[in-house]
Amino acid sequence: MRIGIPREVFQDERRVAGTPRTVKKLCQSGFEVWVERGAGDLAEHSDSAYAEGGAQIIDDVRRIWSESDIILKVRPPQKHPTLGQDEADLIRDGACLIGFIWPAQSRDLLEKLAAKRVTTIAMDCVPRITRAQKVDALSAMANAAGYRAVIEAANVYPRFLAGQVTAAGSIPPAKVLVIGAGVAGLAAIGAARGLGAIVRAFDTRPEAREQIRSMGAEAVELEFEEDAKGDGGYAKQMSDAFLEAERALFAHQAMEVDIIITTALIPGKEPPKLITPGMVESMREGSVIVDLAAPQGGNCSLTQPGKVITHKGVLIVGYIDLPSRMALQASWLYASVLVNMIDEMGGAESFRVDLENEVVRGALVTYAGEITWPPPKPTPPAPAAAKGPGELSAGAGSKQAESDVPAGSAHEQPWHEVLHKEEALVKSAVKGGWRTAVGLLAAAIAIVGIGLGAPESFLSHLTVFVLAVFVGWQVVWNVTPALHTPLMSVTNAISGIIVLGGMLHLSGSLGSAATILGFVAVLVASINIVGGFLVSRRMLAMFQR
Amino acid sequence: MAENLVTVAYICAGALFILSLSGLSNPETSRRGNLFGIVGMLIALIATATRAGFTGHVPLLAALIPAGVIGAMVAQRVKMTEMPQLVALLHSFVGAAAVLVGFATLLHPEHEVLGSERVLQLVEIYVGVCIGSITFTGSLVACGKLHGLIGGKPLLLPARHVLNLVLLVVTVGFGVAFGRAGEAGAPALWLGLGTIVTGIIGLHLVAAIGGADMPVVVSMLNSYSGWAAAAAGFMLSNDLLIITGALVGSSGAILSYIMCKGMNRSFISVILGGFGTGEGTVAAATVEGEHREIDAAGTARLLRQAKSVIVVPGYGMAVAQAQHALADVTQTLRSAGVKVQFAIHPVAGRLPGHMNVLLAEAHVPYNIVHEMSDINDEFPETDVVLVIGANDIVNPSALEDPGSPIAGMPVLHVWEARDVIVMKRSMASGYAGISNPLFFRPNTQMLFGDAKKVVEAIRDALGPMPEGAAQKVSAAR
Repeated sequence: MRIGIPREVFQDERRVAGTPRTVKKLCQSGFEVWVERGAGDLAEHSDSAYAEGGAQIIDDVRRIWSESDIILKVRPPQKHPTLGQDEADLIRDGACLIGFIWPAQSRDLLEKLAAKRVTTIAMDCVPRITRAQKVDALSAMANAAGYRAVIEAANVYPRFLAGQVTAAGSIPPAKVLVIGAGVAGLAAIGAARGLGAIVRAFDTRPEAREQIRSMGAEAVELEFEEDAKGDGGYAKQMSDAFLEAERALFAHQAMEVDIIITTALIPGKEPPKLITPGMVESMREGSVIVDLAAPQGGNCSLTQPGKVITHKGVLIVGYIDLPSRMALQASWLYASVLVNMIDEMGGAESFRVDLENEVVRGALVTYAGEITWPPPKPTPPAPAAAKGPGELSAGAGSKQAESDVPAGSAHEQPWHEVLHKEEALVKSAVKGGWRTAVGLLAAAIAIVGIGLGAPESFLSHLTVFVLAVFVGWQVVWNVTPALHTPLMSVTNAISGIIVLGGMLHLSGSLGSAATILGFVAVLVASINIVGGFLVSRRMLAMFQR
Repeated sequence: MAENLVTVAYICAGALFILSLSGLSNPETSRRGNLFGIVGMLIALIATATRAGFTGHVPLLAALIPAGVIGAMVAQRVKMTEMPQLVALLHSFVGAAAVLVGFATLLHPEHEVLGSERVLQLVEIYVGVCIGSITFTGSLVACGKLHGLIGGKPLLLPARHVLNLVLLVVTVGFGVAFGRAGEAGAPALWLGLGTIVTGIIGLHLVAAIGGADMPVVVSMLNSYSGWAAAAAGFMLSNDLLIITGALVGSSGAILSYIMCKGMNRSFISVILGGFGTGEGTVAAATVEGEHREIDAAGTARLLRQAKSVIVVPGYGMAVAQAQHALADVTQTLRSAGVKVQFAIHPVAGRLPGHMNVLLAEAHVPYNIVHEMSDINDEFPETDVVLVIGANDIVNPSALEDPGSPIAGMPVLHVWEARDVIVMKRSMASGYAGISNPLFFRPNTQMLFGDAKKVVEAIRDALGPMPEGAAQKVSAAR
């Protein structure tokens, strides 16, 4: 079978869908590989390197499109600038096309491909399941984008990132805030830490906090969160209270940090405007904001996609081609993912479309003359969590058309749903506050009632009781969980102290009802005492080092 | 003995009980703690038996001696796996004693009191008897369920919440009638009716709770037995009873709290019974897929090559009595230089700390047995995890699937280890009735069969322990 790798024609696109290394792998597994002359130039790969890997260098791109069985691409097919013809028209009938397609807003393209009976594998539609990780092109690109964002920031940031003590005086380390801890955010944290900055990160998902800490950053949290832990759920509407709290957090952080990297995306919607002009103005001069959501409009309201602007001394970087800016690395990552995808489809020997394979099925957008997107949902997803991965990345795609920088957590968990969840937590916290207040009030009324009504002897007993409860509370918390069973048997034994109550009634005449009741009480309570203490002794003797 | 001396003796006994519980903070001091408890109890008994005016020595001995014999026999004979039902049974005794003492006090009050004190005393008697009655019947049902005499399935009557509410109202009604009855109105009758109704509440409450929620139930009954003793203390104006009851009551309450936390469920939802019937539970996506199987020899091979092993026991280990064979496997591996640890989930088993007792019985050193919170971070660095008869406590969907009935329940992150071997009788789902995606993880292998037989097969496959290594281990002890 023949694989064709044409040069990317999208303006400023430096990546390429194959590198000498991946071409070599494909050749070794039995494919014939054609690479367009100059395809790898912008990614620092010479034609001779491809030739060494086993590829044939082809001058006429028409031949690649029309004679290859499989076409590997980065960008979706578009009008070819020099040929004046659409790439989709060049492709051979019944061939296979693998690349980023963004089917949600490429309906025309899908129809064109389907009409030519092309098998189209959209790398942006790969389901997000464990097994599909090795073919997850979006994560690979997000990783590159996150890293590059930090490098771009460091490039324009006029100070050191790492703290230093020099003869001239000490230099504090730069503080970096990463908003959104998806793949891109985590990569950014790692890169910024590597450069020696102090990194903080914010994400609304609790599990992301753990990942943030595992990357060595400090997880910034909304203040009410600790109280709000508990029953959650999804609310219909986002409350202003939540957004207010979040805004306050960012405003506070903006005054402290030197670099902000935002990676918050809402699939199918405008990215949330998290950084207001006021926050930008509150930052120190020379601070930098890198907006990874720039291709979709940006998380900062001042971001201008594709440009670097300065606003009151703060640089706002809105590049939309971050992975492409490190074309060699990004190309290798992407090309390797493509090799994995080809393996997943059977490799050179048995390359075919297996509709039962959920990874392939999820990414398959046209097949046998039909548009097969969106894929059928395998199981009805639970409303909260398992949203159909295909559906999700498709949603994300709708806004990612202009560039395929998948910013941050977007395709892991949609930002707005996260916000809904957090907001529900806030509500439950408010509710919890009410409950506490009501409880306190009831307790106060009860105490006053007892004070007014109860006789003195009762109060002295109550004193003893309340104090004993507190002592017990303190003492028992110290009990090691390993000894909880012995604790129960010991407490059981000592609660046999109720035997004293039975004994009080033994002094009466033997036949009286009270004496008989007392006798039985003593009997059962003593079984408890003896049995409880002995069995505890037996158990405790077993615990040995 | 003079009255003041008795009071001082009671103070000593109370202090000793507190010391007894604080001794349990550590296995080292726990045996001394138990001793303090025994001494405290003896002091209290002797002081009461010798106090001025006590003449019931004959009936006292007639009760104490057979009770002592029965208690000692039970304590010696009970199997460690039967601890939950024994503990439940003993709780019922405390409940019964509280009921009896309440009735005796009504028939033969120690102090004649009038006016508001009389009303208060009646309230105390009624409350004490009612708590005792709930404890008594509830513990009997719990004991029956744990012993397998009654099915473990929750009994879910239609309109059970309404039923509970009605019973509660009736109880209060009888209480009011009891308080107003006066001498002529046969207060004992009202008290008896109250006892019966609260007894039904106890039966119904515990019958509605399923087998896996038993740790909470037993702790709760432990707590109730304490409150019953404390209530008896109020009715008898005895501070020692109040102190002890309060200690036991708060102890049981803490245990219930810990258990509920371990299952991420509110106390109320456990007490109201049923599972997955509450609001907000959505049918979780059922996981299907291929699971891989492994045999005992293969497991032994994996274990021998591992550097670190964590064992996660569950109720299945207790049922199969696999702890002894497991202890042998542990010792063999430890003598071969493998780091073996045990991870205990708070609600593993049917009693708080149940797994620890079973492992201690099998001579597994307690310093390699860790709580969930201490060991959960170690799974990523672990080569092999052995899950024995546990299911829901290692279910990753608790973390990953908010629609799961057990969502949010803290679980052991076994799947982070390099290899996970799950020993189970079959692919059946656990108590919560939900499938476990762990079984379909690429690093999970299933080892089917009776836990005891399988562990013994692993032990045999591991081969005999080298002589020198065995000595080294015993010396290290």
